[in-house]
Amino acid sequence: MDKFTKLTAIAAPMPMANIDTDKVIPARFLTTIKRSGLGVHLFDTLRYDTEGKERPQFVLNQEPYRRAQIIIAHENFGCGSSREHAPWALLDFGIRCVIAPDFADIFFNNSFKNGILPVRLPRAICDTLIEDATLGGNARITIDLERQVVMRPNGEEIHFDIDPFRKHLLLNGLDDIGQTMQHAPRIDTFEATRRQQQPWLPSTAA
Amino acid sequence: MSGSTPRTLFDKIWDSHVVEKLPDGTCILYIDRHLVHEVTSPQAFEGLRMAGRKVRRPDCTIAVADHNIPTTDRRLGIKEEDSRIQVETLEKNVVEFGVPYIPILDVRQGIVHIIGPELGLSLPGTTIVCGDSHTSTHGALGALAFGIGTSEVEHVMATQTLLQRPAKNMKVQVDGSLGFGCSAKDIVLAIVGKLGTAGGTGHVIEYTGEAIRALDMAGRMTVSNMTIEAGARAGLIAPDETTFEYVKGRDFAPRGEAFEQAVAYWRSLPTDPGAHYDTTVLLNAGDIAPMVTWGTNPGAVVPITGAVPDPADEPDEGRRAQMQRMLDYMDLRPHQKLADVPVDVVFIGSCTNGRIEDIRAAAAVANGRKVAASVRALVVPGSGLVKQQAELEGLDRILLEAGFEWREPCCSMCLGMNPDKLTRGQRCASTSNRNFEGRQGPGGRTHLVSPAMAAAAAVTGRLADVRQLG
Repeated sequence: MDKFTKLTAIAAPMPMANIDTDKVIPARFLTTIKRSGLGVHLFDTLRYDTEGKERPQFVLNQEPYRRAQIIIAHENFGCGSSREHAPWALLDFGIRCVIAPDFADIFFNNSFKNGILPVRLPRAICDTLIEDATLGGNARITIDLERQVVMRPNGEEIHFDIDPFRKHLLLNGLDDIGQTMQHAPRIDTFEATRRQQQPWLPSTAA
Repeated sequence: MSGSTPRTLFDKIWDSHVVEKLPDGTCILYIDRHLVHEVTSPQAFEGLRMAGRKVRRPDCTIAVADHNIPTTDRRLGIKEEDSRIQVETLEKNVVEFGVPYIPILDVRQGIVHIIGPELGLSLPGTTIVCGDSHTSTHGALGALAFGIGTSEVEHVMATQTLLQRPAKNMKVQVDGSLGFGCSAKDIVLAIVGKLGTAGGTGHVIEYTGEAIRALDMAGRMTVSNMTIEAGARAGLIAPDETTFEYVKGRDFAPRGEAFEQAVAYWRSLPTDPGAHYDTTVLLNAGDIAPMVTWGTNPGAVVPITGAVPDPADEPDEGRRAQMQRMLDYMDLRPHQKLADVPVDVVFIGSCTNGRIEDIRAAAAVANGRKVAASVRALVVPGSGLVKQQAELEGLDRILLEAGFEWREPCCSMCLGMNPDKLTRGQRCASTSNRNFEGRQGPGGRTHLVSPAMAAAAAVTGRLADVRQLG
C-alpha cells in the first residue's frame, strides 16, 4: 500500500448525497480477479451514456477534473455494498482522498486499506470546499495528514480528526495484517481458551 | 470485563471476542466464522499467496459460489468468460488453501447468507464475517455478523481476527402485532424508511419488541438482512426458544450434550435489564402496511396505499434535488398512487427473501392465479435445499402453473451479475434489498416489496395491495 503523507491536487466537486458503491462501480464490473484496471469504469453510469460515450456534463469528464485526485461530496458517501472494488476503482482513476460530511462504515474502512484517505468535515465546510473546487485547475486543495489539516486554495487551514492508529498505518504505508500477526501468541492463547470454554463450535470441514 | 455493569447483547458478544485491546482503543476481534464467495475473495487469496501466508483456520471458513452463476442448468457451465474465470479461481484457491467448499452442483449450494443458518454454521453468540454487506442477515440468530471488504477478508484469512472499534448500541423496538398481509419485509422497510439510509451508521442495531419476537427465523433474517440499508453494519436479535428450535438438528449444529451446553450459554446472551443503548427507536407493527419503495435508495419507501412524495414539499434544497433525480430515474410523478404503477418484471429471491417461507408466501398468492401477460416473473430459491423443500411441497408446480419461472439458486437479479438482469427502462417489483440506480441492470427500475406483494404484482401486472386480492 502506498503511503499517504501530503497531497496537493485538483479536487472534483460531486455535490450529491448517498453516492452508493453501485454508483462508484456497478456490479457488472466485479467479475475481475484483480485489483487494478477498474478506473475506466469508475462512476460508469454517471460517466458514460448508453452507447459508452462520455457524458460531457459529468465532472470527471471535464478539464481539469480528469486529473482530480480528490473528490468532495455530500452525506453518506460509499453506502451499500461492501465491494472493495469501489476504493480500487477510485485509486485506479487516481483519487487518493474523499472529503464528505460522513461515510458508510464499510467503505470508510476499505479506503484506509488502500491508501485512500476519507476525511470527515461538516457539511458547510464541504460546501465551501466544493465552491473552491469549482474554480478549476489553479484552485488546488492540500491535505496534510501529519498535521491533520485541509488547506483551501486561499491558504486557510481546516483541521480534521482521524483515528491515530489508522493515521499511523497510512503515513507509513503499513499492511495491518503484519501488525496483527505480531500478536499471534495472544491469538493462539485466545483460541485455546475458546476451544475449552465453547467446545460446541463446529468445524466447517465436517 | 465487569460482571456487574448491565450489558447489551452486542456488548456481551463483543467482550467475549476481544483478543487484545490496543493502546488507542482498536481491538483485535476474534472471528468464529468466515464465509467466502467468488466475487470478493480472489484478490484476498492472491494477497496471501504473494505474502507467503496461509489460511489460519480453514476449519472456521467455508466457501461457496453464489453471485456470479447462472440460474439455468448448471451442468452446462458458465457462458460468460469473466464469471467463469472468477468461479474457477475460487475453486483453485479453496484447493490450494484447504478451505471447505460447497460445489455448484451440490444440493447445499446457495446464497451464502441463506446457507450459513440453514446448515447450522451460523450460531448464536458467535462472530461471523463475509465479504458481503448482507452478512448482517446472520444477526437474526444472535450472532455478531457484518460485511467486510476484501482487504479484511485477507486479514481474517491470515489471522482469524479483525481490527475493529466497538460500535454504538441502537435499539429498534417494534411493539404490537403485524396486520393481515404484512410481513417481516414490511417491518424492515418501515424501519429503514424511518431511520434513513445513514441513520444507523456507526451502530449495531438490536431489534426487540413483541413483533420481532413473534417472527419466525426466516422473518428475523429478513429484518436483520436489511440492517445495512439503514447504514448499520450489524443487526442483532436475542436468541430465544425460536432460535434454539431452529438451530437444533441442522447439519453442522452441535448435537446432544454439546447442544444443551451451547443452549445454556446462549441463554446468558440477551441484553441485561438496564443496559445502555445510545439510541432507541420505537415503532408499532400495527401501524405498518405492506410497503413499497418509490425511489433509488431503500429509505425512499411508502405504504402501498400511499403516493409518490412531492419534492416541492421538501424544504432542504439538496434533498429536494435528490428526490427529483430519483423521480426522473424511476419515471414517476409526484402524488402518483403507487398501486397504479405497472411492472414489467417480478423477482422473488435473494438473501433477503429467498427462504422456503418466502416461496410459500409467494405461492399462496399465486395459487390458482396467472401471471399477467405483460409480466416476466422469476422465482429464484435461496439455496438448493430451499428449492428441494419447495418441490417437495409442490410449490414449484403452483408457481409454474401460474406462469412463474422456477430457477436454480443464486443471487441472480438482486444485483444482476449473472444473465438475470433488467433491461433499460424495465420496472421490477423485487423482493431483494437494494433499489439503487442500475442495481438490477443498467437503467432498470426497482421497487422493493415483500414476497406476497411481489406475487401480487405478478398476477395483477402492477404494484398492488396484496390485502385486496382476497
